[in-house]
Amino acid sequence: MADVTLRKVVKLYDDVEAVRGIDLDISDHEFIVLVGPSGCGKSTTLRMIAGLEDITDGDIMIGGDVVNDVPPKDRDIAMVFQNYALYPHMTVAENMSFGLRLKHYPKAEINARVTEAARLLDITDLINRKPKQLSGGQRQRVAMGRAIVRNPKVFLFDEPLSNLDAKLRVQMRIEIKKVHQKVRTTTVYVTHDQVEAMTLADRVVVMNKGRIEQIGTPNELYHKPATRFVAGFIGSPAMNFIPCRLEDVAGTVQIRLTDRIAFPLPPARAARYNALPRSEKLLLGIRPEHLTEWHAHLEPGVETFDTVLDVTEPMGMETLVYFGLDGTPVCGRVDPNAGAADGAPMRLAMDLNNMHLLNDETGVVL
Amino acid sequence: MSTLAIDKAGPTRKVKLSSMSRDRTWALRWSYFFLVLFAIFFLTPPAYMLITSLKSSAEISAATNPWWVFHPTLSNYVELLTSNQFLRFFWNSSMISIIVVIVTMLISIPAAFALARMKFWGSATLATGVFLTYLVPDSLLFIPLFKMLAVIQEFTGVTLLNRWYVLVFIYPTLTVPFCTWIMIGYFASIPKELDEAAIIDGASWLQTLTRIFIPVALPGLIAATIFAFTVSWAQFLYPLVFTTSIDQLVLPVGITTTLIKGDVFNWGQIMTGALLGAAPPLVIYAFLMDYYIAGLTAGATKG
Repeated sequence: MADVTLRKVVKLYDDVEAVRGIDLDISDHEFIVLVGPSGCGKSTTLRMIAGLEDITDGDIMIGGDVVNDVPPKDRDIAMVFQNYALYPHMTVAENMSFGLRLKHYPKAEINARVTEAARLLDITDLINRKPKQLSGGQRQRVAMGRAIVRNPKVFLFDEPLSNLDAKLRVQMRIEIKKVHQKVRTTTVYVTHDQVEAMTLADRVVVMNKGRIEQIGTPNELYHKPATRFVAGFIGSPAMNFIPCRLEDVAGTVQIRLTDRIAFPLPPARAARYNALPRSEKLLLGIRPEHLTEWHAHLEPGVETFDTVLDVTEPMGMETLVYFGLDGTPVCGRVDPNAGAADGAPMRLAMDLNNMHLLNDETGVVL
Repeated sequence: MSTLAIDKAGPTRKVKLSSMSRDRTWALRWSYFFLVLFAIFFLTPPAYMLITSLKSSAEISAATNPWWVFHPTLSNYVELLTSNQFLRFFWNSSMISIIVVIVTMLISIPAAFALARMKFWGSATLATGVFLTYLVPDSLLFIPLFKMLAVIQEFTGVTLLNRWYVLVFIYPTLTVPFCTWIMIGYFASIPKELDEAAIIDGASWLQTLTRIFIPVALPGLIAATIFAFTVSWAQFLYPLVFTTSIDQLVLPVGITTTLIKGDVFNWGQIMTGALLGAAPPLVIYAFLMDYYIAGLTAGATKG
């Protein structure tokens, strides 16, 4: 068990900057998820922590020791790969015990650890099988077992669920969470799936183009995104961004979306946005769940407007509605019984108490 | 290899097909047609050799049906297997082939591992270079090699020419490049994550090679072994050039030099010797066939 610290870590591949100087403090027992689109540097960061990639600049510390030049085997880490990377010629038990056998642990202890890990992962029956006789989910369990028996300082997961089908992925996600609750080893987990990130992480690190966009708990990222990238990446369907500007009308500040539609700033946000320059091009960030069907008793800050729906997507417990505001596509989530239909007019309510204002140019949430 | 080529020959014929099963039936028929043709073509010479080996010299030279044995005799076999000379050729060939296989593997496996996995400066060029050396024919190499050995012998006083063991140094020039090339291919097909997992598990490069790569690439290893053995066993030009004394000869050269006296061909014994000489590679091949076919990488990673 140990904490992991990254200080101004840079990775260059020839001239391409894969990781552009990131700082990250991971405390003991913490479950950290690195999330971001392909090529954002998350896997490279993980591989640098593992020691599989050299770092170009900066420092990586595990348990307080700088490990920049320490080979992977001496870093006391265990890694689970996307394609499992099980040794095909070894049985499940041999796969799991390979690391311990290399370090010449006594046989009795190896057996005890393998048995314990197999029990934890519910693969006791499979212990004498070869990897090719296992299903994808079982292979992934074995790969985790191989990590657990080593009892390392840090677990590293490199998109471990990407090769599984959707149903199994949800199941294994819960398994991973359970395992972490039991063994409490510091974990760094890489994924491109924001749902996986939100559900597993103590803290999520959102990366983009080799930089960290934001670090926070799942709730912080969801409710207080720092940038447009984070706001758009976290949450599904994604947050809507509607071009807007602020204007003064009869002593109150209004937010104008289109020629027809303008709303007064909600009382909760007025103080925060009042000082913004009126000419600035802004974006209104609003999540689909804050665009719902109109009903008679609306709270303060919830404003109504009429629109014509382009497309509706019934999901069962809700219906997603898509419409345009001056050419900007917008998504809302309404009750399935609200009467939403393709091409039909509808009165919607926008909960401005949960709005965000973003600078259109810099993408910073104001 | 050959069966693959034949399998493909079937569907290329334009046959009107109504369904998948019909398609398969025709492909199978064509496959069998070409396989039978292939088998006849390649099995006729050994069959003829077997027939001839069972005949006495008198019957061979008599004008009877050459495809039938009227007075079968094992005298050719008895004579060869009781002749010290022939057993000596057999012994020389065996020793050389076994040592060459071992030497080849000891060089090829680490070389292939380094070229396939350790990305060092010039590794790609080196890998191509290894293959290019294989393209140089032995008929081009034997004179310079002879000269080299003569010079070494002159300076060091160590007798190298006309000794069977000199071939142990020479055959690897044929076997090592090709075996390395085969092994590079097999090692390169092992997923990168497998050695990364091993490294994280605490394995050194050598342990990764011996405990992961060699077992996983065993079919490739066996292919390379069979190749090295066959090349050493069947090599003719080098032993013909580098060894001359009867007791230093290997099987192929021994048979042709001792059983052909001027223009007198002892056909019965030549055929018998050739058949007996072909047996060891056949036996080895039969034993290793199962491994050869088994795909051991299945299940290592997804897909």
